[in-house]
Amino acid sequence: MTASTYHPTPRFYWLVAGALAVATAAEVAIGSIEFFDPIKVVGLFGLAAVKFAAVVALFMHLKFDKPLYRGLFLVGLLVAIPVFIVVLLTFERLT
Amino acid sequence: MAMTTEAPAIDTYTGRRGIWAWITTVDHKRIGLLYGVTALVFFVVGGMEALLIRLQLAGPNLELLSAAQYNQLFTMHGLTMVFLVIMPIAAAFTNYFLPILLGARDVAFPRLNAFSYWLFLGAGLLIYSSFFLGGAPDGAWVGYAPLSTQLTEVVRMDFWIIGLQLLGIASIASSANFIATAFTMRAPGMTMMRMPVFAWMALVVAFLLIFSLPAVSIGLFQMFLDRNLGSLFYEAQAGGDPLLWQHLFWIFGHPEVYVLVLPAMGIVSEILPTFSRKPLFGYPFVVFSGASIGLVGFGVWSHHMFTSGMGPIAEAGFGIATMIIAVPTGVKIFNWMGTIWGGRVRLRTPMLFSIGFIAMFVIGGLSGVTHAIIPADTQQHDTYYVVAHFHYVLFGGAVFGYVAGVYYWFPKWTGRMLDEGLGKLHFWLMLIGFNLTFAPMHILGLNGMPRRTYRYGEGLGWDFWNLAATVGAFTIALSILLFIINIIKSRRGGEPAGDDPWDGRTLEWSIPSPPPVHNFDEVPVVRGLDDFWYRKYGEDDEGRLLALETAEAEAVPQRDEEPEDIHMPDPSYYPFVTSFGLVVAGFGLVYLGVGGWIAVGVGMMTALWGFFGWSLEPVTREH
Amino acid sequence: MTTTPAAENVPVEHHDAGHHDIHPIRKTAMWVFLGSECVFFGAMIATFLLYRSEFADGPHAEEVFNIPFTSASSFVLLMSSLTMVLAHHAFEHKDLRRARIWLMATALLGATFLAGQIFEFTEFVREGLTVRVSPFGSSFFMLTGFHGAHVMIGVVLLAAMVVLSLSGRLYSDRGLNIELVGLYWHFVDIVWIIIFTVVYLLQV
Repeated sequence: MTASTYHPTPRFYWLVAGALAVATAAEVAIGSIEFFDPIKVVGLFGLAAVKFAAVVALFMHLKFDKPLYRGLFLVGLLVAIPVFIVVLLTFERLT
Repeated sequence: MAMTTEAPAIDTYTGRRGIWAWITTVDHKRIGLLYGVTALVFFVVGGMEALLIRLQLAGPNLELLSAAQYNQLFTMHGLTMVFLVIMPIAAAFTNYFLPILLGARDVAFPRLNAFSYWLFLGAGLLIYSSFFLGGAPDGAWVGYAPLSTQLTEVVRMDFWIIGLQLLGIASIASSANFIATAFTMRAPGMTMMRMPVFAWMALVVAFLLIFSLPAVSIGLFQMFLDRNLGSLFYEAQAGGDPLLWQHLFWIFGHPEVYVLVLPAMGIVSEILPTFSRKPLFGYPFVVFSGASIGLVGFGVWSHHMFTSGMGPIAEAGFGIATMIIAVPTGVKIFNWMGTIWGGRVRLRTPMLFSIGFIAMFVIGGLSGVTHAIIPADTQQHDTYYVVAHFHYVLFGGAVFGYVAGVYYWFPKWTGRMLDEGLGKLHFWLMLIGFNLTFAPMHILGLNGMPRRTYRYGEGLGWDFWNLAATVGAFTIALSILLFIINIIKSRRGGEPAGDDPWDGRTLEWSIPSPPPVHNFDEVPVVRGLDDFWYRKYGEDDEGRLLALETAEAEAVPQRDEEPEDIHMPDPSYYPFVTSFGLVVAGFGLVYLGVGGWIAVGVGMMTALWGFFGWSLEPVTREH
Repeated sequence: MTTTPAAENVPVEHHDAGHHDIHPIRKTAMWVFLGSECVFFGAMIATFLLYRSEFADGPHAEEVFNIPFTSASSFVLLMSSLTMVLAHHAFEHKDLRRARIWLMATALLGATFLAGQIFEFTEFVREGLTVRVSPFGSSFFMLTGFHGAHVMIGVVLLAAMVVLSLSGRLYSDRGLNIELVGLYWHFVDIVWIIIFTVVYLLQV
């Protein structure tokens, strides 16, 4: 069917799901526990990014699929993120 | 070789005749023709709106139109020309020729293709129905809040909002279709860098649309919610910000202008080599520049907002980016000039319009560069100088390019040539009329005449050039009339064209005029750029062209009977049903406050029926 | 040169003699769509970030958000991605029965998430956070509302596939396709990953 050669097993998917659950728990902890306040923003964005990447690369199979698909998705991300960061920066109310 | 006098290939092949055949067609060529004819009709309508505007402005203090009527006219003129004329005409050319130029038999999703057309038509009719339902949108084609979020006794801007949303859906569907086609359906041997420039430009445009439309779509949803649900996105008093609308609109709006002009640049890139009998100068640079324009085009949107108070850092950044984008554009211009230089130039009508495109676009580009200088732009903003700039690039540029495309490809669609004498007359009249209309607007703008104002007073010094512009506008109208007469006359009575009347370089000239429904009897195997040219000609020792004996036999396989084992996708009415449902739902949304929910429900159910019928229907029925 | 029979698929790769691989064509289109959805949701997230402190006279984020509840919802949606990929895996291995079970599980988890959203929203409205009370309210409900609508469409597609599989009409080369619906479903999940972090966790 597709040109991919890597075939993950259900066990692999369960493991990834477990890791995602752990990451979510960590996020909630960092978000709620005052002790983590200094690293709150970086920690949360970092964990969210890792979860995002894991689902895209592994569940959506992008890591093992045609480069074309990766390109299409990345262009979308690489347009959206800088453009909207610039929009937010032109407003003065970033507090 | 199959010679056609009438057009059997456009006739039905499954026994369906007439209107039903057109409603259910999934043939990219027919869909292209539908787009083209519809765009032409809207062009005439938009042109008449422009003539009314010019009549009102022909002299000071005229009262041909009230302010309210004037606002509707210039709003609809802009909306019509951008969304209902230029985008569809680019879609017409892309639909018709992208598969053929790539050596394919159709696009990736023929039914989705049909859906895009019917949704476009329905959205256009929805927007225009507003004239008969109390009044057309009147907040300018850019719809700035808070003017556009004000509610008036008669619904107006909601037609604009819903119409644009529907058009956006149609465009995104088309773009996904064309991207899938270009990446997966090229003929064997046709690498990306062997695709014709027009195909490349169509691809870049598709990318621009899918990544820019969602931004304005969100802006439009937010505006709709502000108007209909009392949300506070653009409500400054409550902590919202109208400037957010400007950002979201122009994040789409700027890439949009490249959407309008890049296909025309692609067409010119096909015409110049053909009529100079030379390959395109610097093909990789032309391609790469087109892609760069697309990419950088996402980084300049706030140059439409230089007077909105963003602060010096943002303004400087966008100003620099705007200057940078002139560079790849310049690269293209020089490559086109390099193509013509030293060639054996034939000044036929397509070539005249292409050269006109280059000259007019350069003028428009230069005034654009002056806009990039922020202090200068501060004076130019919202004056007629801007109107001059964008008409030079969009009319002198894009429209001239698309008209060139019509003269170039009319023989392929119909098997007949357009009249050359009428064509040349059209060109000169349009060139003179166009410059007479818009050149004075540079002066008017610098002398302070504001945009979007229904009348001006006496003694301001604007009378003479306004009158000149009005005369110019009617000259343009006359030239368009000649164009339409030419088209109607030549469709049946024009000189028979044959397959390759211009001695072309690309694949569309290797198949009959008009093409059979399956395009190619045998899918070509492509050996290089301009493959068809090199099947016709070799070169002798001194580099002169040598017609190859075997060219004809190789270019078009000899077959007398219709190939029977080529199955084209069957016609389907589901695309029409789905788009019809969405348009009905759209009307419901416009009239949400007064019972529109019913129409929304009915429309969505219809669209859902269409969607499921479509996905469960096989592409080709078993024969 | 061979005559290519069907029109919809003349892919560049011709290795499989006679086999028309429609799948890359549809998968390309789906990734194009998902790329555009990045900009779509990106615009809403940016709007939310712009208005995240614009409470006007309405309730503040920390007054209404219930992090434990939303965390549970997020977990549910995350697990639905697992069941989705397991459904696809089973289908690939021709185990239609197992695929159907995992599809139903995915739809159920999705519906549970939606129920949680509806409950949460009605609570917020009761506590005074509405679309009209503040830009914060407007942007919150638009972002989560659109996300919820995407989930709902996903649940409908999943249910449709379950029904089709019962009558043996779930194919890999036409109609609704598990892999493509899966890509859509996972995308909806990753959007929520961002929303949960940016909207909920970072505002309290």
